[in-house]
Amino acid sequence: MENLKLLVSSTPHIRSNDSIEKIMGDVLIALAPASIMGIYFFGFKALLLMIISMASCVLFEAGYQKLTKQPVTVTDLSALVTGLLLALNLPVSSPVWLPIVGGFFAIVVAKQVFGGLGQNFINPALAARAFLVASYPTLTTGGAFTQTAKGVIGIDGISAATPLAQIAESKDILTVSSSDFVNAIFGNIGGTIGETCAVALILGGIYLIVRKVISWKIPVSYILTVLILTSIFKYTGIAPNRLPLYEIFTGGLMLGAFFMATDYASSPVTPVGQIIMGIGCGLITTLIRIFGGYPEGVSYSILLMNLCVPLIDRYTKPKIFGEVKKNA
Amino acid sequence: MNTQTFKRGVHPPDGKKYTNEKPIDILMPKEGALLAFPMSQHIGAPCSPIVQKGERVLLGQKIAESDAFMSSPIHSSISGTVKDIKPVLTPSGAMVNAIIIENDAKLEEDPSLGKDTNIEGISRQKILDKIKNAGIVGLGGAGFPTHVKLNPPADKKIDSIIVNAAECEPYLTTDHRVLLEKTERVVKGLEIMLMLHPDAKGYIAIEVNKPDAIEALEKAVASKSKISVIALKTKYPQGSEKQLIYAVTKREVPSGALPADAGCIVDNVDTVLAIERAVVKDRPLMRRIVTLSGDAVKNPGNYQVRIGMSFRELIEMTGGFSEEPRKIIAGGPMMGQAIFSIDVPIIKTSSAILAFTEKAAALPPERNCIRCGKCIGACPMGLMPATLNSDILANDMAAFEANHGLDCIECGSCSYICPAKRHLAQTIRATKRAVMAAKRKK
Repeated sequence: MENLKLLVSSTPHIRSNDSIEKIMGDVLIALAPASIMGIYFFGFKALLLMIISMASCVLFEAGYQKLTKQPVTVTDLSALVTGLLLALNLPVSSPVWLPIVGGFFAIVVAKQVFGGLGQNFINPALAARAFLVASYPTLTTGGAFTQTAKGVIGIDGISAATPLAQIAESKDILTVSSSDFVNAIFGNIGGTIGETCAVALILGGIYLIVRKVISWKIPVSYILTVLILTSIFKYTGIAPNRLPLYEIFTGGLMLGAFFMATDYASSPVTPVGQIIMGIGCGLITTLIRIFGGYPEGVSYSILLMNLCVPLIDRYTKPKIFGEVKKNA
Repeated sequence: MNTQTFKRGVHPPDGKKYTNEKPIDILMPKEGALLAFPMSQHIGAPCSPIVQKGERVLLGQKIAESDAFMSSPIHSSISGTVKDIKPVLTPSGAMVNAIIIENDAKLEEDPSLGKDTNIEGISRQKILDKIKNAGIVGLGGAGFPTHVKLNPPADKKIDSIIVNAAECEPYLTTDHRVLLEKTERVVKGLEIMLMLHPDAKGYIAIEVNKPDAIEALEKAVASKSKISVIALKTKYPQGSEKQLIYAVTKREVPSGALPADAGCIVDNVDTVLAIERAVVKDRPLMRRIVTLSGDAVKNPGNYQVRIGMSFRELIEMTGGFSEEPRKIIAGGPMMGQAIFSIDVPIIKTSSAILAFTEKAAALPPERNCIRCGKCIGACPMGLMPATLNSDILANDMAAFEANHGLDCIECGSCSYICPAKRHLAQTIRATKRAVMAAKRKK
């Protein structure tokens, strides 16, 4: 007891077991069902694209950090999450070099040059998807979606890119049979690798909410806004051909609402801000889907809302305990 | 059970199982032991010695006092001889002038002790004088002079007196044991406080992780119409004054104000017991109850010790360490102070001594903020700790103040919950000090 070598540090002296690795690991676990369903519907090529995308994101992150003489942080698993999300956002018809180009844009341009994890102001995977859509439109939109392993394509088995494209192009009001509905919910429709199976995505989203990785606020307000707004446009006769309940299970909405709009770095931290983020994403998504040139609006809506996040956070600061109003 | 609580907060592992079934064990210092009585063991003006080197002092004799309103006298907890008056190291890390007394183990009492024990029709002023003369301060850790707290300015109407029995700090079990073993005396102490504020109601607020104490208290207050037991949800920092007042009364103490502004007085369990002892038994504050725990301690337990004993003597008397300690904390793991030497005296505010091994003391490295917002979900004051931290790193003091950095209660919930292990509470505390110092300079 004579010569104790004691550590002196500031309080608190205990820390929770939570860590960045656990959070990112939970996101990977939550994405597993959608990834597995993606491989089931789109075949081995889907798995290949996921592996290439994840590997290139990790390598670009490590390479950039080595080159700029920073500590290499790929073990935090965040690059793997970005890589997987990017692959899930690609059509299975993508050439194998496409996720490599996308991975470079996501990790180097969108994430690392702004300071790495937590500093990116837009979602890296979505930024890369937008970059690829703008640079290689023929590989990433429209006809790119016509290939599916199972051969089931759209409403009434009509050959079209995706159900949303079908609705956008159709002059008539399409009738959705119960089997169309089941196909949409389980993912047996056209779309990117990871966006089609709504059930798997909702399951993963619930896992993240239960594990307290994300809050329900962004996904629930996002999906509800799309449902309500689409219904309003439909029943006021502005867009009578829309199919509100069917549409929330199609396109990138579930993937976007649970996994992309909730990206920590590019979404608000305040509770009220998160609701605003969800409503904003829902509003822009619906407007693009109904009035825009693209049949699909999830990516751009989230990217646009990402840019508003600092502003939202600034004006939605929570009221503090015992706050005294000025001049009261 | 219907429980009350505050908003947000965290759930650290409570570590109470090591000591919550250990009855309070009385430890007396050995003959020849040197006890140190620092002149500042409270908030307010330090005391001045009123004894001299070489003088013999008796148990319970007043040895230091101050004329200041905001201060509290100090009594010898043993009988013996004043060996020296010199600065000593205290648990806070500061050197403070102290009276050093060598214990003669005779426990010869000062003749003034226990003389005035009649409390029939006792006047309000006399209660306050007794509490003041007994040197009672907030024993929960803050050390606020109790007679000042119990006597707020006349314009502050007190309608609730709350005994803080939350004991939300992990590992600490002294309040729990006191409530079980001295239930009636704590209730008596609260009744004395209610005599000072006849219109007020008394509450004993306790977390539901102490069901045996709740049962004992409910039995003890069954016949007392003005006192009720409030069951609180087990959550940290439930025992923080503002959060406790909110849990019990649903009132928010305004920013920058005191509990009295919300009509409340809050005192810790051991403090209420000290009030009972001072008023009913006419004995000053000379002992306190300390939880000794942590994975490096051989015999964790709850010990009633003499104020002035050294940490080293307490640890040695209980069998010492089981393993090499790497970190020793005076107080709880959330808000207690890490100390660099065990040759410091137990003072009025020493609620616990925790010793942890290398494994338990290891601190994870700090990493980038990932903006998960968990700190916002944890802050009991509704602050945005990560935002304050980035204000601090940008050296933007105006933004720090605008974001209410000065309202931080330093509970450490943000640092506890942070998955990136950022130094949130640490930087906010340091910056609070700097901003307040700069304001005083102006």
